[in-house]
Amino acid sequence: MPKQIPNPEVAVKEEASLTSLVKEKMKMFFIKIANVIEYLSIVFRNLFTNKFEFQEFLKQCYQIGNNSVGLISITGIIVGLVLTIQSRPSLVNFGAVSILPGMVAISIIREMGPVITALICAGKIGSSMGAELSSMRVTEQIDAMEVSNTNPINFLIIPRFVAAAVMIPLLTLYADAIGIFGSWLGVNIKDTLSLKLFIAEAFKNLEFIDIFPAVIKSFFFGAVIGLVGCYKGYNAGRGTESVGIAANSAVVTSSLLLIIVDLIAVQITDLL
Amino acid sequence: MEESNNKIVISIEGLTKSFGDNTILDGITLHLNKEENLVVLGKSGSGKSVLIKCIVGLLQHDTGSIKVGSHEITDISEEELIKVRKKIGFLFQGAALYDSMTVRENLTFALLRLKEKFTTDQVNEMIEEALENVGLPDSIDKMPSELSGGMKKRIGLARTLVVKPDIILYDEPTTGLDPITSDEISHLINDTRDKFKNASIIITHDINCVKTVADRIVMIKDGKVYKEGSLEEFTSEQDPYIKSFFK
Ligand SMILES: Nc1ncnc2c1ncn2[C@@H]1O[C@H](COP(=O)(O)OP(=O)(O)OP(=O)(O)O)[C@@H](O)[C@H]1O
Ligand SMILES: [Mg+2]
Repeated sequence: MPKQIPNPEVAVKEEASLTSLVKEKMKMFFIKIANVIEYLSIVFRNLFTNKFEFQEFLKQCYQIGNNSVGLISITGIIVGLVLTIQSRPSLVNFGAVSILPGMVAISIIREMGPVITALICAGKIGSSMGAELSSMRVTEQIDAMEVSNTNPINFLIIPRFVAAAVMIPLLTLYADAIGIFGSWLGVNIKDTLSLKLFIAEAFKNLEFIDIFPAVIKSFFFGAVIGLVGCYKGYNAGRGTESVGIAANSAVVTSSLLLIIVDLIAVQITDLL
Repeated sequence: MEESNNKIVISIEGLTKSFGDNTILDGITLHLNKEENLVVLGKSGSGKSVLIKCIVGLLQHDTGSIKVGSHEITDISEEELIKVRKKIGFLFQGAALYDSMTVRENLTFALLRLKEKFTTDQVNEMIEEALENVGLPDSIDKMPSELSGGMKKRIGLARTLVVKPDIILYDEPTTGLDPITSDEISHLINDTRDKFKNASIIITHDINCVKTVADRIVMIKDGKVYKEGSLEEFTSEQDPYIKSFFK
């Protein structure tokens, strides 16, 4: 078979289609940005002007807690345990084992607790919001709500978003507590230390400035998870395949945004 | 002229709607009279569902005008649109029951969101009556996932009728139902009209249903009104396209 000679005409065409492809992508990107801005402005306008659906909010809080508390417990204990077991040898080398409880507590409260809780919730809560709302979109339930004189932003999105923003800080505090308990278990593999003493050690050097920014941070994590999950679900396409797409991209996008928010938060707390 | 205008509850003129390059409705003009059952016929994908979604403002039309009573739907304000929607009942093609709610909650939701306050007893009574009408009184505490396709459709119908709207838009009310139930639903559409004096647009492919309910028929083809007339005019039509519907 003769060697294929590149056809210049095709090459030119490909180049042209490449630039037009890039242009098309850029255009889509800006349209998306505009959509997101519009979505946020609608959500926040509705949040402050319309009646708050308290019943739905409570339902969502319960679901968020109920769906993720088990996973958070297991992960929290293991993270506390692993952090402790891994830090111990280096601290032994420096003869500084006594700071172990305080050190682990700070890293759990400042970083591990909020981030791990948020990532778990992005997977568990964000995906279920994406899937639920997109399937409601596909099966015209959202349209049905609208003709029944119910604003879907108000009834579906705001309760979910607010519930996530309220529940994720609470779950984070719970994860912190469980993680510290896990750390105590870790300490007790090699030493014996009573829980009371361990907690006293752990909290000795802990200050308000360690806890407060972490809570604020997890509030924003919750808001991101709720807003992204609802955005992906609410704006899903019309076919059944969009349910999977919405759930998946809710997780991917919110996880990525969480890390970015974390980065920003760390810069801000650094200034304090 | 004045008098005939008073009889019209919905009037649509030169309605167009496209999705991207895909023109679905291309200048539809039709009207719905008081207490009338208007059947809309057309091939699958001809834009019948799009048409009635434009009427309730779920989709925004491109050009033309839609008037519901005295309200013009084009560029309507939020408050006005709510007023219009309170008058209109909408049966979705896929029933669109709320998955997370029981049948009772589905009906209660529609009732309480659209009408003024009722007592719990009144609500229960109305819901039971509505379910009785569609022949499913026992499914009141079931979840939609426990119902068959045809049952969902009937619950969707009950959810539409429980509100007792002035205008009802039925999107294929008898599709997927057995002949006996289809017949019952067709008669229910007539009974509802006789009782509550509402006007209806009924989208259907079911010729038996057409024969039972139709006061007037509009056929849509290529985004335009292809023919309008009474059942007799349609059945005696020689046009092969129309004949193929009435075989
Ligand atoms: N939201 C939308 N976005 C893009 N295209 C749409 C949308 N809604 C409907 N269409 C397209 O409009 C056309 C008409 O759809 P419609 O649902 O009105 O058909 P129909 O007449 O009700 O058909 P059927 O009898 O099968 O229900 C279809 O080609 C559909 O793909
Ligand atoms: Mg349809």
